[in-house]
Amino acid sequence: MKVNLQVKDRVAVIGAGLTLFRRRMLETPKELSALAVQQALDEAGLTLKDIDCVVLGTAPDAFDGMHFNGEYLADGAGATNKPMVRVYVGGGTGVMVPIAAWWHVASGHCDTVLAVSEEKMSPARPHPQYVFAYIWDPILERPLQPNLIWIFAMEMRRYMAKCGASKRDIAYVSVKNKKNALDHPSAQAAANITADDVLNSETLVWPVNRLDISPVSDGAAALVFASEKIARRMTDTRVWVEGTGWILDNTHWYNRELAYPRYVEQAARMAYRMAGVEKPSKEIDVVEPYDPFDYKELHHLEGLLIAPKCQAWRLANEGYFDRDGEVPSSPSGGLLGVGNPIAAAGTMKTAEIYWQLTYQAGARQVKKPVEKGVAQAWGDLMQVGTVIVMGV
Amino acid sequence: MGSFQTKSKVSKPQNPGGHGLKENELWQLSGLIEYRPRAKYDFSAGQALGIFLEKLKEGKIVGSRCPRCGRIYVPPRSYCEYCLVPTIEIVEVPDTGTVHTAVISYIRTTRERMEKPEIVGIIRLDVPGYSTNEYEFAGLFHRLCGVTPEDVISGNVIGMKVRAKWKPPEKRKGSILDIECFEPLPAYGNP
Ligand SMILES: [Zn+2]
Repeated sequence: MKVNLQVKDRVAVIGAGLTLFRRRMLETPKELSALAVQQALDEAGLTLKDIDCVVLGTAPDAFDGMHFNGEYLADGAGATNKPMVRVYVGGGTGVMVPIAAWWHVASGHCDTVLAVSEEKMSPARPHPQYVFAYIWDPILERPLQPNLIWIFAMEMRRYMAKCGASKRDIAYVSVKNKKNALDHPSAQAAANITADDVLNSETLVWPVNRLDISPVSDGAAALVFASEKIARRMTDTRVWVEGTGWILDNTHWYNRELAYPRYVEQAARMAYRMAGVEKPSKEIDVVEPYDPFDYKELHHLEGLLIAPKCQAWRLANEGYFDRDGEVPSSPSGGLLGVGNPIAAAGTMKTAEIYWQLTYQAGARQVKKPVEKGVAQAWGDLMQVGTVIVMGV
Repeated sequence: MGSFQTKSKVSKPQNPGGHGLKENELWQLSGLIEYRPRAKYDFSAGQALGIFLEKLKEGKIVGSRCPRCGRIYVPPRSYCEYCLVPTIEIVEVPDTGTVHTAVISYIRTTRERMEKPEIVGIIRLDVPGYSTNEYEFAGLFHRLCGVTPEDVISGNVIGMKVRAKWKPPEKRKGSILDIECFEPLPAYGNP
């Protein structure tokens, strides 16, 4: 049974655009945004004057090195003299932007919305990891001089201990995603590698090796959302937003069980309730869970209730999540393969579900027939779950 | 669905825009601007952590108890995040606990390699009553000492009983670093 909000308009995605994802892009953040928007508008068959409202997302200002980064990006994102809002929930932003675009249309306030996400991580020196130092608590955490990867390593170690997964079991996700990305025209880190390559790459913070992690990336992504009336008039290649969910846990990550992301489960349940999805593991045909680290994809598949707790690593190694498997996961190549320009990465995943459900993914198209898909992002100090369910 | 499948010759995204640069190409760009912010911050620890840090100086770990739901927060908060009422009662808790997770860092904050790796983790303190479920617990993020990388890799360290190793009183400053690290209790002895 669908349990819905008071939604005035059914909402469709009718176009998507992406730039290349690369370590160092020549283009400025505004220019990257414009490139993604131009493609998305072309795909939707619209021009900028057809757009009522703009939602944009970009992660910590410190990466682009610009305060008011939303306002800075506005003109490149097509927002001049339009109602515009920036949403921000760390890495979860990439799916929060489509969610916010959805509510702009669903509320009846706007008929057409541009959803734009951008990130340029490369300018930060000596390494973007250093900029992440500002997310740690200044009183309790910064005195220990942590590196961002510590927190992921702690979570991965805990998942391994609680769920009985080895580093090799987890490395499978990196192998799968980098291989999937070979078919993605934007991909930065596509490769044919083996689990041994992952295990033999530089150990940064055991259990995390370099190839367990997505790269440093620049890039932008855009989607066009429209009310049912406009969507039906403009195009046949549309998918409907059937459910959205977003949940924030607290910043006290050292006071919580790290083996399981309860906030992702809560966000997923919120979205499934709205979409009328009762058995996600049976009803979801294709999924794009957030994979900045290989173990995170497993974590999130469990939080999304697509794999039972502590079983995602086992299913992954049986090929269950391969592109030709039972529930293809990250057929795009994910953040591990396509790249991780933070906010743009989650929007890239949403775009992939749109392209998969409209059979426009070319060589990436999953083997099974698809009617319903889920994109999810995660963010901050093991805190944020953002989930969108789309269907034809 | 059928209608989509028939026109599936396309492959999106088509010609994604933009130009990736190699490191040396970046350095050769005309007009490349280098900018270093000169910012400095002085952070107040606030009400609850102010007390926490003062007590660390005395060699004590304290938490705060919510008068409404009874949760004991360590480190303390001045409000209960579930009831949002003030948590004025400060309670001393044991400086012992078990290791929830632990990792071996080979890199610094800035990403450079460390000459000697460091072991850090989460210590679940021996405090009953943070919450009625197993998901949440009183705990601290800190260094571990007297633990080897092999202990971390084998998993021996997970669940190990540990105790705070305090700095000598004259060297304590009211900082999380007044605890040098957490080390295994003798019963678990170093091999
Ligand atoms: Zn309370």
